[in-house]
Amino acid sequence: MALVPIESAKTSHIRMTLNGEQTDVSFASYKTLLEVLREDLGHTGTKHGCELGECGACAVLLDGQPVLSCLVLALECDRRNILTVEGMSVDGRLHPLQDAFADLGAAQCGYCTPAILVTAKALLDENPHPNRDQIRQALSGNLCRCTGYLQIFEAVEAAVLKIAAQEHRAR
Amino acid sequence: MPNEKDQSIAPAEKPPAKDGKLRVIGVPRRRVDARAKVTGQTRFADDIFLPRMAHGKLLRSPHPHARIKRIDTSRALAHPGVYLVLTGRDLPIHYGILPVSEDEQALCLDRVRHVGDPIAAVIAREELTAFEALDLIDVDYEILATISDPEEALATPEPRIHDYGDQGNIHKRVALEFGNVDESFPQSDEVFEDIFFYQGSTHLPIEQHASVAIKDPDGKLTIWSSTQTPHYLHKALAKTLEIPPAHIRVIATPNGGGFGGKSDPFHHEIVVSKAALALDRPVKICLTREEVFYCHRGRHPVLMKFKTGVKKDGTITAMHLQTLIDGGAYGSYGVASTFYTGALQTTTYHIPRYKFQGCRTFTNKPPCGPKRGHGTVQPRFGQEVQLDKIAEKLKIDPAELRLRIVESPHTVTANYMRLATVNLSECIRRVVKSSGWNQKFRKLPEGRGIGLACSAYLTGAGLPIYWNKMPHSGVQLKLDRGGGVTIFCGATEIGQGSDDTLAAIVAEVLGVTTFDIRVYTGDTDLGPVDLGSYSSRVTLMAGNAAIQAAERAKEMLAEAVAQRLEVPKDRLRFQDNRVFDSAEPEKGVKFPEAVVLAESRFGTIGTVGSYTPPKSPALYKGGGVGPSPTYSYSAAVIEVEVHPATGWITVPKVWIAHDIGRALNPTLVRGQIEGGVYMGLGEALMEEQEFRRLPKKLSHVLVHKFPSMLEYKSPTSLDMPDVFTDLVEEPDPRGPFGAKEVGQGPLLPIMPAVANAVYDAIGVRIDEVPITPEKILKALAEKKAGRAPRFGPTCFPPVTWPESLRVPPPWEGGDGNAVNEPHLEPRQDRDKVLRS
Repeated sequence: MALVPIESAKTSHIRMTLNGEQTDVSFASYKTLLEVLREDLGHTGTKHGCELGECGACAVLLDGQPVLSCLVLALECDRRNILTVEGMSVDGRLHPLQDAFADLGAAQCGYCTPAILVTAKALLDENPHPNRDQIRQALSGNLCRCTGYLQIFEAVEAAVLKIAAQEHRAR
Repeated sequence: MPNEKDQSIAPAEKPPAKDGKLRVIGVPRRRVDARAKVTGQTRFADDIFLPRMAHGKLLRSPHPHARIKRIDTSRALAHPGVYLVLTGRDLPIHYGILPVSEDEQALCLDRVRHVGDPIAAVIAREELTAFEALDLIDVDYEILATISDPEEALATPEPRIHDYGDQGNIHKRVALEFGNVDESFPQSDEVFEDIFFYQGSTHLPIEQHASVAIKDPDGKLTIWSSTQTPHYLHKALAKTLEIPPAHIRVIATPNGGGFGGKSDPFHHEIVVSKAALALDRPVKICLTREEVFYCHRGRHPVLMKFKTGVKKDGTITAMHLQTLIDGGAYGSYGVASTFYTGALQTTTYHIPRYKFQGCRTFTNKPPCGPKRGHGTVQPRFGQEVQLDKIAEKLKIDPAELRLRIVESPHTVTANYMRLATVNLSECIRRVVKSSGWNQKFRKLPEGRGIGLACSAYLTGAGLPIYWNKMPHSGVQLKLDRGGGVTIFCGATEIGQGSDDTLAAIVAEVLGVTTFDIRVYTGDTDLGPVDLGSYSSRVTLMAGNAAIQAAERAKEMLAEAVAQRLEVPKDRLRFQDNRVFDSAEPEKGVKFPEAVVLAESRFGTIGTVGSYTPPKSPALYKGGGVGPSPTYSYSAAVIEVEVHPATGWITVPKVWIAHDIGRALNPTLVRGQIEGGVYMGLGEALMEEQEFRRLPKKLSHVLVHKFPSMLEYKSPTSLDMPDVFTDLVEEPDPRGPFGAKEVGQGPLLPIMPAVANAVYDAIGVRIDEVPITPEKILKALAEKKAGRAPRFGPTCFPPVTWPESLRVPPPWEGGDGNAVNEPHLEPRQDRDKVLRS
């Protein structure tokens, strides 16, 4: 059977909200959200470690929920809301999770970090005061080979306190 | 920002530095590259996208051993979107990380030796197009017999996997004897013989290896690659591409985890370079996860036999260690790995006589190489478990036994490893105390147990990989009149924090903050050579080079400022971005002004520093593996719970103490220790780089049992226990600000401590790693049946060993040379070398 070259594949077009901005993108239809983010939109903050949904390094938030972007077709993301690590800081200031990760050694090589940060953000958005077990559970799909996870847990806990303090001041 | 959360680190006493309190060193601190990492801006190799960039894929062998009879690439070349197809004929020159085993080709020319060995490469407009075209390459193979393990290799000298090596399919045999152990065994009160097996495991960095190469506008080559060893890659590219090194620029991108797995020059790095030059456009290759498993270079599977003689009080009289090593299909670091399986036994406890025999065989599996703890992890497991058995037999508490026999600081061991500071005893005392050892050992209820183990590790290999007399690390420093300080160094950031270490050291010496410093590393064009991020060498070697460069710059600034302020130079202090008179602190200049004064007087301010390790007293052949400027020490206590019905093991808590000399950035140090504990628990309990034969009716092929991150089990956030980390800080005179290594050592005691804890919990010995529920249940069944309550290997196959090189230990009149080989160094050096 003759091979149909991938080069002949049609391109698709979607409009989504990426990190708060309306974003239009055309891409080869077979591409995953991970590939479109990295290759077509230049958002290389999201990483990959297997492209099989095993390591968790490609997690992004899709309508606020963590998903593995290597398992999501970009075509499924039309009119939906995507948050990547590039969208975590607000007004040029790091998100408290980012600050805490940087201060407390939660990022060593930094490769799994973007996915862990957005996954932790999804946790805190839903549960502002998670205990250690809930943090362990929420991050159990994100492999980290460097840290042994403990400084990551501590950074999430530090961010919880920092966010609470910020909200207290704002009231 | 100070790290207030670091409360699990015990406070350490720090002796005052010459010019007062340390401001940067020893302070828990955000690392210099942290912001880039938490914003996703760290640019890893696969994050590089260049205009007109093409993508490459490698065709890899489906056979573990075969002759390539014919390759036809015409269909692939005709596929739409394909630019180039390369085969072995395009890159025939052999290379390899060690000069003694240059046995690899970027694309196999006439023979494949393991599943995954690359044969051809396709470069195309799209990555998927390159993938597609791999199926269009036609290869005729002649299938050859395969060898799956060392015992088969010993029994099957023909056909040979390589036509070099010691004999048949034996790659390397070594035999060293430091004093007559056979004379000592009969004089011992007890002699213990134990056989252990350590299964191989792989690095599993989350980042897959990736490289991007371009032909520069002026025709030279630049490659960005996730490599831990840009300098060695530089050499391999020059050799295989036949281009002068001066026309090649290697940029090691920050590695998304290394652990030793990115320390060899790799096929894809050479292919991507060749393709970029041929096409005159950027080319990228990023390996799939499956390819990463087949590239491997990880932990060697090792069978070990320990024969150890002791006196009733636990004193060791002699040790004889034999190792049989599964090397996989290529040399890689294997000759060094072989020596490493016998090099460090003497560095923890005093062993007056020591014999080591090691044998590495070729097998038709991905090559093994260096993984965190390189070659020393497996025998440390055996030694520490055997010591636990010895303690039990002699009715001595295992902690007490170790305290009795710990080797002395500033001594030369039986195999001529020269130790500097040794704080292993303090490490043992700390974990005994913090873990409540005395209340728990042999006292916990059935099913719960506690185990202790210790280790030592190099702070940098004492010799380079290829013989030369040049420095192992160099640093260049540039000071600009705006007060900026720029560090250039070949060191490679693999996540361990080497950029931060360099910045911290220079900031401390010059009295500025790390934010005032820019660090350019891992680039062969920009910085002087650093040999690479392996053997835990960067902090000590690049760190000492950085101190030298910074001190030289400081000297120039001090000279100029002293003249301006009219105060004696030695009264000046560099602190808080000022240079001032320590007797009259308000009298001083800001740091940028100090640079202006110095530049006005001396011209452009640039300094260099370099570091060469001290000469080793181990002068015998093979003595080049093991020496280090100084060694770190660790002790760990681990508590386990073993379910008697399922054999399932859980680890609720780990206590570890590490003799680090001085923690330059305690936040990072703790991260390295916890990361080492984590990786050690993975090896102890679940990780296996294992191969199986497909059924004979299919193909009988040797394939990886589970080349995926789902099935290659590694600990998740749910599995990681709490860790209590204790730092023992006695600054080592050889280390920068007294620092010793921390990247590898803390992994080593974990596996034996788990095995010893399992014995304490349920009374069975698992003399094998990983310690899985299946093995526990088998050992429990043996125990129930009244047989030896043990799971592990029972025999060590016969190996024809070469005559041992006989090197009398220092206390038997030895001078570091073998008595039965030609002397490599003049004997009159003896006293000087032993004392220096």
